[in-house]
Amino acid sequence: MTFSPELEARFADLLTHYPPGRQRGALVPMLMYAQDEVGAVTPELMAELAKRLDVSVLQVDEVVGYYSMLHKKPQGKTHVQICTNVACMLRGGAELYDHACKKLGIGHKQTQASGVFSLEEVECIGACSWAPAIQLNYTFHHEVTTDKLDQLLEGLQ
Amino acid sequence: MKLYNPPSPLETKVISKRFGVENSWRLDTYLATGGFEAFKKTMEMSPDQIIDEVKASSLRGRGGAGFPTGLKWSFVPKNVEGPTYIVVNGDESEPGTCKDRLLIEHDPYQMIEGILIAARAVGASKGWVYIRGEYRYLIDHLDSVLKEAYQRGYLGKNIAGTGFDFDLYSQTGAGAYECGEESALLESLEGKRGVPRIRPPFPAVSGAFQRPTVLNNVETFSSVPEIIKNGGKWYADLGTPKNGGTRMVCLAGHVNKPGVYEVPLGMNMMYFINEIGGGMWKGKKMKATIPGGSSCPILRADECDIPMDYDSMAKAGTMLGSGGMMVMDEDTDMVKIALRIMRFYKHESCGWCIPCREGTTWLQKMLARIVDGNGAMRDVDMVGDLAKSMLGRTFCPLGDAAAMPTISIVEKFRPEFEAYVARNPFANSELVQVG
Repeated sequence: MTFSPELEARFADLLTHYPPGRQRGALVPMLMYAQDEVGAVTPELMAELAKRLDVSVLQVDEVVGYYSMLHKKPQGKTHVQICTNVACMLRGGAELYDHACKKLGIGHKQTQASGVFSLEEVECIGACSWAPAIQLNYTFHHEVTTDKLDQLLEGLQ
Repeated sequence: MKLYNPPSPLETKVISKRFGVENSWRLDTYLATGGFEAFKKTMEMSPDQIIDEVKASSLRGRGGAGFPTGLKWSFVPKNVEGPTYIVVNGDESEPGTCKDRLLIEHDPYQMIEGILIAARAVGASKGWVYIRGEYRYLIDHLDSVLKEAYQRGYLGKNIAGTGFDFDLYSQTGAGAYECGEESALLESLEGKRGVPRIRPPFPAVSGAFQRPTVLNNVETFSSVPEIIKNGGKWYADLGTPKNGGTRMVCLAGHVNKPGVYEVPLGMNMMYFINEIGGGMWKGKKMKATIPGGSSCPILRADECDIPMDYDSMAKAGTMLGSGGMMVMDEDTDMVKIALRIMRFYKHESCGWCIPCREGTTWLQKMLARIVDGNGAMRDVDMVGDLAKSMLGRTFCPLGDAAAMPTISIVEKFRPEFEAYVARNPFANSELVQVG
């Protein structure tokens, strides 16, 4: 499996961060950065990282299964993540999520057939004082109203 | 870098004083505003003197548990063969908490200097800043800061010409509340599932890669340079006895001016909410407040007239926690709050300990049953009893964190649970307990 030169450089640097013989420490970062490039944690990706870090594919798989941001299926071009945890709930997060479901015609962890948007109701994303908060891919948006959400999504169609 | 909320003139800005300053995250700005003076000062201090100064400050861990920082550092064994490490907890996943990201965004060098001082105190050579995966923008930001620090000689070999060597890296998480717990974080750093370790041994003796490790929150490290620069006593005097200094409080919920504010420990909570937070929104009355993240027992409005420090909170039966304060108005449905909190813990339980895995699952089912109008009176008792039976029976505090708010909400707002149940015509039947 081949990666972009930028990702290979990042991997090479990452592997210098850990004590000798403990390069497995790079597994979670490598999965995160590779997933961004590949689009999902594919069986080929797991096999490749297992080989590079000298662990079994099963050891990689059990790590992938644990972390909620690692996903084996591709997401939409824009992954819409709406927080409904307490701080966001108190300021309209749940209504915002319902609005997004209707607007996008999909539910939790679903992707539109067109592949444009996917949706996820997420747990606290650490923007509680500026609630309700969402993330579009990695970008935070604070104090989001249904109107603001509509504008953001229409700009990404 | 823009501020997400305007500051308040009533704040005491010790660790947030560079917030809003132009290019506050750059090394030159930091150096021009007293940066690295504390680190240089520690070069003339012995490790024990550094630890004594931190002890004198009565700085306590800002991540949630509130353990005295100087004491924690003193547990690291001295003169051991092999490396000692520093791990910074920037997982910031406790619902209600959004302060560590600001400290890294606006003043990353303050945290780095605090890490270097800790490294001097315990003889550490390497460290990692573990940041939750959702904060990718912050990890990229820190990576560029670390690059600058290396290029300018403030990390790596012979730091600032002192002869001291230290390497620091970022480490991304990948979405797991549990990894904010110190031993689960260390597992994640080693490339594994974030499942907690049994303790002892504590990280001070066997932490990252089974080496002695100092593990503290971002805010804790960020507080260290000012302590060294101005003295432990100066810092301690900002707060109340045994509760030194200031802390970042993340105000959220039904207030007029939610935001992250730095205040001295011991500030009255109602004063904070009314004067800094602008009081309740829409002219409503307060019903309750979760004072320090969703793991903390809830306070009724009439219980909130207390000082915000670790000991006063403990006396009131709750915790200062991670500083995530969520205020709720009179219209808030406390049963739905209890269910939402439990949904979170059920989602985040790693499944390692049965009381937590099964407890959170069943508590969520029972609370959902009540909210859906299918609850029976005995469900209300069962929620409280089951939550109590989880306390202290798990490897890590996640089980307690799920149980504590639940117990307090049921105890303090029981009539609301009963009102839900009363709407169920079969509430007193023995036949409704299915699923």
